[in-house]
Amino acid sequence: MKVPLSWIKEYVDIDLSIEELGRRMTLAGLEVEEIQYVGYPLLEGDQRREAKISGFAWGPDQIVVGAILEVMPHPDADKLVLCKLDDGEQVHTVLTGAPNLYEFKGAGPLDTPLKVAYAREGATIINAYEPGNNPTTLKRKKIRGVESYSMACSERELGISDEHEGIIILDDDAPVGAPLVDYMGDVVFDIAITPNFARDANVIGVAREIAAITGAELSYPDLDIPMDGPPLEGRVKIEITDPNLNPRFVFGLIENVVIKPSPYKVQLRLKLAGMRPIDALVDATNYAMLELGEPLHAFDYDVLVRRAVRQVANLSYPTIITRPAEQGEKLVTLDDVERTLDDFTVMVCDQSGSLALAGVMGGAESEISENTTNILLEGAAWNIINTRRTVISQNLPSEAAYRFSRGVHPEMAPKGVLRGLKLMHEWAGGTIAQGLVDEYPLPPEDPTVEITADDVRRWLGIELSVKEIVGILESLEFTCQLGIRYQESGTSDKTLIPDTQSLITVTTPDHRLDISTGVIGKADLMEEIARVYGYDRIPETRLSDDLPPQRGNDELEIEEALRDLLAGLGLQEVITHRMTSSERETRRLSPDTPPDDAPYFTLANPITPERSVLRHSLLASVLEIVERNARIRERIAIFEINPVFLASEDGDLPDETKQLVIVLTGPRALADWAGADTSPMDFFDLKGIVDSTLRGLHLEDIRYENAEHPSFHPGKCARVTLGGNQIGVMGELHPQVKGNYDLPETPLLAADFDVTAIINAVPTLFDVTSIPSQPPMLEDIALIVDESLPAAKVEALIRQTGGRTVTNLRLFDIYRGEQIGAGKKSLAYSLTYQNPERTLTDKDAAKLRNKIIKRLERELGAQLRG
Amino acid sequence: MLDKLDQIKQDALDALASAQDEDALESWRVAYLGRSSAIMDVFKNMGGVPQEERGAVGRAANQVKQALEAAFTEKTVTLREVALQHSLSEERLDVTLPGRAIPRGRLHPTTQTLREIYRVFADMGFQIYLSREVETDEYNFQLLNFPLHHPAREMQDTFHIVSEEDRGDNPLLLRAHTSPGQIHAMREYAATDPDNPPPVRIILPGMCYRYEQVSARYESQFTQVEGLAVGHNITFSDLKGTLSDFARRIFGQEVRSRFRASHFPFTEPSAEMDIECFLCGGDGCSVCKDAGWLEILGCGMVHPIVLENGGYDPERYTGFAFGMGPERITMLRHRIEDIRYFWANDMRFLEQF
Ligand SMILES: [Zn+2]
Repeated sequence: MKVPLSWIKEYVDIDLSIEELGRRMTLAGLEVEEIQYVGYPLLEGDQRREAKISGFAWGPDQIVVGAILEVMPHPDADKLVLCKLDDGEQVHTVLTGAPNLYEFKGAGPLDTPLKVAYAREGATIINAYEPGNNPTTLKRKKIRGVESYSMACSERELGISDEHEGIIILDDDAPVGAPLVDYMGDVVFDIAITPNFARDANVIGVAREIAAITGAELSYPDLDIPMDGPPLEGRVKIEITDPNLNPRFVFGLIENVVIKPSPYKVQLRLKLAGMRPIDALVDATNYAMLELGEPLHAFDYDVLVRRAVRQVANLSYPTIITRPAEQGEKLVTLDDVERTLDDFTVMVCDQSGSLALAGVMGGAESEISENTTNILLEGAAWNIINTRRTVISQNLPSEAAYRFSRGVHPEMAPKGVLRGLKLMHEWAGGTIAQGLVDEYPLPPEDPTVEITADDVRRWLGIELSVKEIVGILESLEFTCQLGIRYQESGTSDKTLIPDTQSLITVTTPDHRLDISTGVIGKADLMEEIARVYGYDRIPETRLSDDLPPQRGNDELEIEEALRDLLAGLGLQEVITHRMTSSERETRRLSPDTPPDDAPYFTLANPITPERSVLRHSLLASVLEIVERNARIRERIAIFEINPVFLASEDGDLPDETKQLVIVLTGPRALADWAGADTSPMDFFDLKGIVDSTLRGLHLEDIRYENAEHPSFHPGKCARVTLGGNQIGVMGELHPQVKGNYDLPETPLLAADFDVTAIINAVPTLFDVTSIPSQPPMLEDIALIVDESLPAAKVEALIRQTGGRTVTNLRLFDIYRGEQIGAGKKSLAYSLTYQNPERTLTDKDAAKLRNKIIKRLERELGAQLRG
Repeated sequence: MLDKLDQIKQDALDALASAQDEDALESWRVAYLGRSSAIMDVFKNMGGVPQEERGAVGRAANQVKQALEAAFTEKTVTLREVALQHSLSEERLDVTLPGRAIPRGRLHPTTQTLREIYRVFADMGFQIYLSREVETDEYNFQLLNFPLHHPAREMQDTFHIVSEEDRGDNPLLLRAHTSPGQIHAMREYAATDPDNPPPVRIILPGMCYRYEQVSARYESQFTQVEGLAVGHNITFSDLKGTLSDFARRIFGQEVRSRFRASHFPFTEPSAEMDIECFLCGGDGCSVCKDAGWLEILGCGMVHPIVLENGGYDPERYTGFAFGMGPERITMLRHRIEDIRYFWANDMRFLEQF
């Protein structure tokens, strides 16, 4: 919301610098997003900037109020005129092409000189012929044979608006020769209004806040108006069908107005506040709304009377009815759009039908026009929720709807009407009918809250005296009473009970709807006290309250340990989008496997069909990342730990199962001068990473068995178990799945693990064995076995047979070839024998070796090689 | 015989003189001091030496052997010295050649920032509490004092989830903030002692979702870290102190912070914390959009309704809560211009962390 400072200053005295004022407003909750300097120099003195600043300064000696005494034709150019202009020092001849002077051309000396914004020779103005706000300095030159060195300015040239069609014509009271900045310079605060500050979306609201934080006095607009016309009573009736939708409805009437433009200074204010001036009547309703926060609606009274007469013969006055719309009801609004309405939309109607969308937009028929002379001015209060729903359903954000959908106190309705009538009377003449017609079926309760200085200490951590607290609240127009307690706050039969405590009973002023009762009201008041006291004055302290029970978060710690292990093994962590589509996820499955028919959690309002469900597969998400990076990186080694979303057996909410996915593809290392191993990574690179990671968490009994899975090559896929429970699968991506993605030629290895299963298996503690003091014996054994025999079986049997004495076992070679025959492979192991109690002899070793070989021969058909 | 010994010695020393490297030296040792060397033959054939000469020949042979051994040792030392000098003077690496590439793993930038946040708050006694991402309207809004038709809960802000059954006023949705965890946590804590619930001091990290058109500034998913402290003695000044300490640890001890009044349904009083723009020092730049200040987090005293809904009596307990965006903090600290980088996972982005 844009608020000109000059307007605020009509209601509160301010002696802070502009930027300091901006800072104080921001801290108090009226966040100043931008300060626009209109005519005044930016950051005068040594002010520190507190927000974004903009604007254009008018040199006080160069840009002044001038008076055009006569408009004369240009000898050679139809589109130009010459003005005789008095700048308070002398009379100049000024050249201009402003169309709004044509009507005075050749009319001789003007009876009333035209006051204009005059830029003297050497003045700096904005170059209106270039985009942006580039300054230019006025120099003496000849235009069409006439010497020109100064000019009468448009708004564009002074940085007021984009208006460059004509020059500014000031009000007649502008003092000739006065610096323009003194006459009409301004500063505009652009304030972000949060929903709870809706009461401040107006000049008085902002002025009240400034008065509170600076300690200045607040004054109010003059509502004392001459009601010289006949009484309004009996000339319009109001019928409210549902007070919850329409707690109050007020009418005033002004007759015989003359429609004309409002004074320039009014127009300027409206422009600076972001509204377009129309004419004196429309401007008056907008001006009153911007000032008091009460949106007004002007009806053409004669149209309403005509409609009433048409409907009921001999009835000469309209009856205005407010009611919810029928579902599907239609109304042409003043923007000439026929609107179909919902039953939550509140309507203003008469006996003949609907007239306006209450609080949102007027109807076309009863709108004021250039022929209007009698105006029925409406001020009302509307239900916040119904207004909001209508704004959304009709997509009609208006200044009125903005305010009503955030709440306007019904007490503002008559004030707004009186202010509007007064301004119309001032700017458009006419006679104001005596009295208002006011239906007020549902006055809100103004809540009462009890607080103590101890509450302030407990919530805010500051010690304020009762007097200070009362001072702060009264500055915001709360009413405070000391040492009494209402028996039951809010009821009409208040019994006063003396209270020994320093209890403050606080009653909410009649412009606010945001204060509750009880402990909630207390919190509301704490915010008011903190804001006015100043958030910056509240000290910073460290928590001194009791610490809670220390539980830590074991699951997260293991999850993070998993991340550290994987990053330590050279993998890059990724975090992908959780939202995807079933089409995207289908790519992870080979074509001859059954589709994933588990139900998806589907978004009701997806942004795009590509992100319309919550994923089932983390593998699918990570594969897309591989695809994206395959174009820029030859070698990819990444992982992610995050949830997938699957239907739960208990309840509607999904199981958010955390998965770990690892993907490798590309060469083991990039080719380098030192002969790095550039062969493509294979299953065993992945297995090495998986195994190191699981062992890094001290997991035991890790087994890998051949398995089948729709994403993996049937012969290159393993199921991984811990103590017999499956925790994940891994393998080389199925060639047909790989074909679904744009991936490099190299094999793609992937693992997909259930993180919760891993976390649950991690032991709290693990044992460490002593370092043996006896020397180890090393021995190599090569065995020829059937090709189909899993190596894990050989290893298990060696360990089983060797017992504790075999402390280490490493497969260091696999050989296949003619030497050993087809269908066979030779596995060469390096064994470490060690006995913790005594030194092993050669004889011991030979004995053990024989035992192992015999058993391998017997049980696995192995054969000792050479 | 003694002459022969002299000859042996002389031959051996001559041969030794010509040995130029360790291999030659070893061959020399085998030839002149080995089992079948001439001097060893003398010892072996001692039986053939007349009895009376044996003493003298034996002594002489020993002297020769010792002399040869000494010469060998000396020559070895000399040769090693020469080799060392050669190595030191001649061997030169091109140290500018690149090192062998060892792939370095990294954590995602969001994880890195999250961990920093965890650490700072852990030092202040905050423990980590995780909760679900798919929530009900009740937990995401109603229990957090978002009245029906509150602007922040309109369809354009929240992703709703299609349900088979009509869930009425309690539809499923993707959480718009980690705040539902506040209620889950308070209820869990309060259940341990309903009459006298224990204090709470937690942070709640996790992925959140907002219906936003994706752009350089907005993503439809983003992480958030909320904090919650509830107890008998927690004030707004504690909130200021805690969060200012946080800002100093994350952005540097010199950083200035300010708190300004704001509005959130689940806190009262509410505030936003800004820090002075560390890029322009407050003079205004493109990052702070000429304001000189950077919005870092929203915070406030926990609203009585929220305390009540969590099982904490607002007449006896107070608390504060805050929420911040790790991506935004990461973007500010590294001048990242596009939030979409975070989930796009382009290695050229990730590898810079
Ligand atoms: Zn900056």
